[in-house]
Amino acid sequence: MPEKLALSLEVNGEARTVHAWPMARLLDVIREDLGLRGTKEGCGEGECGACSVFLNGRLVNSCLVPAVQAQGAMLQTIEGVAKGEALDPVQQAFLQHGGAQCGICTPGMVMAAVDLLQRCPEPSEADVRDGLAGNLCRCTGYVKIVDSVMAAAQSVSR
Amino acid sequence: MAGLTEVGRSRIRAEGRAKVTGAAVYTDDAPAPPGLLHGATVRSQVPRGRITGITFGEGIPWDEFVIVSAKDVPGVNRVAMIVEDQPFLAEDRVNHPEEAILLLAHEDRILLEKARAAVKVAIEAEPAVFTIEQSLAAETVVWGQDNVFKTIRIAKGDAGDAWATAAHVIEGTYGTGAQEQLYIEPHAVVARTTAEEGVTVWGSLQCPYYVHKALKHLFHEPDDRVRVIQMETGGGFGGKEDYPSLISGHAALLSMKAGGRPVKILYDREEDMAATTKRHPSKTRVKTAFDAEGRMLALEMEFLLDGGAYVTLSPVVLSRGAIHAAGPYRWPVVDLTAKALATNCPPHGAFRGFGAPQSLFAIERHLDVAAARMGMDPVELRRKNLLRIGDVMATGQVVKEAVDLPGIMDRALEALDYHGRRAAHAAHNASGDPVKKGVGFAVFMHGCGFTGGGEAYLASVAGVEGTAEGKVRVLAASTEIGQGTNTMFSQVVAEALRIPADLVEVQQPDTKLVPNSGPTVASRTCMVVGKLVQDAAIGLKQAVVQSGLLKEPYTAADFQAAVAAFVEARGSLKAYSQYSTPPHIVWSDETYRGDAYGTYAWACYAADVAVDTRTCEVAVNDFVALQEVGRVINPTLAAGQIEGGVAQGIGWALWEKVEWREGRMANAQMTNYIMATSADLPRLRVLFEENPNPLGPSGAKGIGELPMDGPAPAILNAIQQALGTDAPTEIPLTPELLLDTLEAPHA
Repeated sequence: MPEKLALSLEVNGEARTVHAWPMARLLDVIREDLGLRGTKEGCGEGECGACSVFLNGRLVNSCLVPAVQAQGAMLQTIEGVAKGEALDPVQQAFLQHGGAQCGICTPGMVMAAVDLLQRCPEPSEADVRDGLAGNLCRCTGYVKIVDSVMAAAQSVSR
Repeated sequence: MAGLTEVGRSRIRAEGRAKVTGAAVYTDDAPAPPGLLHGATVRSQVPRGRITGITFGEGIPWDEFVIVSAKDVPGVNRVAMIVEDQPFLAEDRVNHPEEAILLLAHEDRILLEKARAAVKVAIEAEPAVFTIEQSLAAETVVWGQDNVFKTIRIAKGDAGDAWATAAHVIEGTYGTGAQEQLYIEPHAVVARTTAEEGVTVWGSLQCPYYVHKALKHLFHEPDDRVRVIQMETGGGFGGKEDYPSLISGHAALLSMKAGGRPVKILYDREEDMAATTKRHPSKTRVKTAFDAEGRMLALEMEFLLDGGAYVTLSPVVLSRGAIHAAGPYRWPVVDLTAKALATNCPPHGAFRGFGAPQSLFAIERHLDVAAARMGMDPVELRRKNLLRIGDVMATGQVVKEAVDLPGIMDRALEALDYHGRRAAHAAHNASGDPVKKGVGFAVFMHGCGFTGGGEAYLASVAGVEGTAEGKVRVLAASTEIGQGTNTMFSQVVAEALRIPADLVEVQQPDTKLVPNSGPTVASRTCMVVGKLVQDAAIGLKQAVVQSGLLKEPYTAADFQAAVAAFVEARGSLKAYSQYSTPPHIVWSDETYRGDAYGTYAWACYAADVAVDTRTCEVAVNDFVALQEVGRVINPTLAAGQIEGGVAQGIGWALWEKVEWREGRMANAQMTNYIMATSADLPRLRVLFEENPNPLGPSGAKGIGELPMDGPAPAILNAIQQALGTDAPTEIPLTPELLLDTLEAPHA
C-alpha cells in the first residue's frame, strides 16, 4: 500500500509540513492541505495556466506537478506576491489598467507576468504576448492584461 | 458637491484588490462546511433511448454512498424555464448524450470517481437526429409532432412584383457552429437541504432567481424556504444563465437524501464542456432583391437554430436572432421564418449575443457576397441602405433616435485605414505572394435589455439601503461575473446622489437579502437595472431630505451623517424601484410587431487579415471596434467588455470548433478546443461614440453582447477580399474548412 508522505517545504517564506500522497497534484496540496485557495484550477491539464506557481523559482503549472517533487522545495503562490498590504507592481498595474475581470485567471496571470518581468525586465508588446501565451483569459481579449504588464515593467524600471 | 462626476471615470474595479491578491472567494474556495460530501453525476453514454436497467458494479462499498434517482424528487422533476420538458434526472428515457441519470455523493472524491465509473446504465438505443437538416426533415421525430420547438414569422411590407422586376436577386446560405462559453471557472455549487431551513445553495451563477424558481419547483417549497447565494463567479458569458438551475437541483437533492449534510458538485473541465450548454449552431438561407443602384427592395430569410434535446432558452434565443436578422437596414419588404429545432445533442443555451451573432453573420456576410456579384463597393452598398432616423425596422419599429450609421461606418473604416489598405493589399495580392491580405467590415446593432415584452413581464425590482455608517448599499440580484456590475452600480449611485463612489457598497446577491432585479443577461444590467438602482437611490435621498435630516445642497459628509442618523433613528432606510415600460414602447408577442427593444447599441467593426494560401491559416493583424453605446459609465471596464467580446467573436469565426460525434462533444478539453491566447490576437482597438439615451442611467445603453456580433462577418468579408472568392460562408473557418472551400469545384 502506498503511504502518505511527510512533505516539508518552504511556502511563501514559511516552513510547512503536510502529509500528502506522493503522486497527489501539487495544486491539490496547495489548495487543500496548505489551505491556499488563491491558486485556481481551470483545466487540470496544463493548458490554462490558472494554477501557475513558482517552484524553486521556476514557473510551473501546479496541476501537472506531483507532490513528491515539492519535497524540500521553495514554493511561492499568489498569496506570497504582495508584501503585506503593499501590492507587487504587477498587481497594482492589473488594478489600475483593468487587467482583471472575472478574476479567475488573474492569480496565474500575475504569476506569469512576474516571471516574465524577471526574465525580461523591459519587454516589448510582442514579448508580453509571447510570455503570457501559456495563460488563458476568456474575459479580456488580453489588451488590458498586456497594458498592465507593460505598465508594471515601466513602474519597476523607473 | 457641484462638479463631482463619477460617471465617465475609469474607477478601479470594486472587488479588484481581492482578485489580484487571490483573496476573492469563488465557490470552491470557501472553507469546507462540516460533514461536506462531494457529488457526482452518472450520465447517458448514448444520444437517445429507453433506460432498461441500472447495475452497481462490484468492489464499491455502495452502502456508504448517497444515491439519488428521479424517484427521489419531492416536487416536479422538470427544470422550470419556458417549457417544462427537461428533467433534472432522466426517468425512463434519455434524449441526449451526457444527460444526467443518477447522482452519487461520498466524502472521498477519489472513491466517488471509481463509483461513478462502476455504475452501468443499460439503454436500448433509438434513432436520433444530430443536424438541423435531419431535424427539419422530421423523418425521425424526437420532440413533439415535428421537432420544432418554436416558429417565428416576421413580415413587413408587400413584395408586389419586387422579385420579378428587381435588377438583382441574390441568394446565399450561411452557417455557424456551436461555441463553448469556456469561462475559466467550471460550474461549481454547494447545497444544503434540511427540514428546518429548506434549501440553500451557494454557487457560481449569473441568475440567482432562476435557480430560486427552479428549486422551488423541484422541492415543492415556498419562496422563503429556498435561498440562493452567488459566490464570486469566474466568468459566465451565458453559460451560467440556466445550467446552474440543473446542477443546484442535483446538489440539493443529494443533500436532502444525505439528511442535510452539505454537498458540493464541481465539474471538471471535460464534464463541463461535454455536458453543459453551448451557442446554438445555425443555418440561414438569405434571398435579396436590389434595384440597379443597389437599393434594397426585399429580403426573404429562413433562420434555423439547432436547439438540442430540450426547449430550455431556445425560443428566446430564436427571437433575438430573428429580430436582428435584417440588420441595420431599411428593407421595404421583409419575409422571415425562424425555427428552433430539436436534435439529440445536449441543449444549446445562452452565449453572449443570444442568437443575434448567428443571424447578423448571415446578413452581413451576404451583403459582401451581394456587393461582389453586383459589382458594387460594399461600403457604398451599405451607405445607400443603412437605417436613419424615421426609418422602419423589420418589426415595424420606427427609429426615433438620432443614429448616424453612415458616420459610424466611415469613422470605423477611417480608423482602420480601410481604403488605403484595400488598395495596398490589392497591389500586394497581385505580386504573387502566397500570403493574401484583405480588409473587411460589418455594420450592426444589438438590442438592449429583454426582447419585446420581456422587461414588462419581468417587472424587475432593485433597491438601495442606508447603512449604520451612512453609506448606501445596492440591493440587486444582478451578479458581478467579471463585467463590472459592482463598480458600475457604485458609479451610477454616486452620480445620482452626488457622493463619492467610496460611499457605495454592493450587496453580494442573496435571494434572502436582495429583490429580484431579473437575470444577469441580455445587455440589461447597466441600462435596465442600473436605471432602477439610480431611481431607488434618488428615492432614498428624498426620504432623508423629507425627514429633515438633510438639506440640498449637501456635502458628502452631510449626506453620510444624515443617512447614519436616519438609520439610527428609524432602524432602517430602504428604497426600491420597479420597472415599468415607458408608454412609447409598444410590442405584441402575437404579431411580432412593434418596438422589439427600447433602444439599440450601434456599431461598425473592421478587420485586416492575412491568409496564408499554403497552410490556409488566417491571421487577424488589426481590428477596430467602433460603437455608439449611449454613455460610457467606466471607460476601462467598457473597453474591457468590448475587447473580450471581440476575442470571443474572432475565436468563433476562426478556431473554436466543436467536434460532434453522435451528439457528443468529442474535443471537450482545452487542449483540442482552441480559444485565443495573447499571442493569437492583435491589439484590439476600441472606439466609443456617445449619444446619451434617456432609458439608461446617465444615458448608458447595454454593451455586454454587442461585441460578439461583428467580428465573424468582418473577418470573413476580409477573407473574401483577400482571396477574391465569396465561397467562405461557414464558421468556424478552420484551415481544414478553408482548404475544402478553396478546392471545391465552384470556388
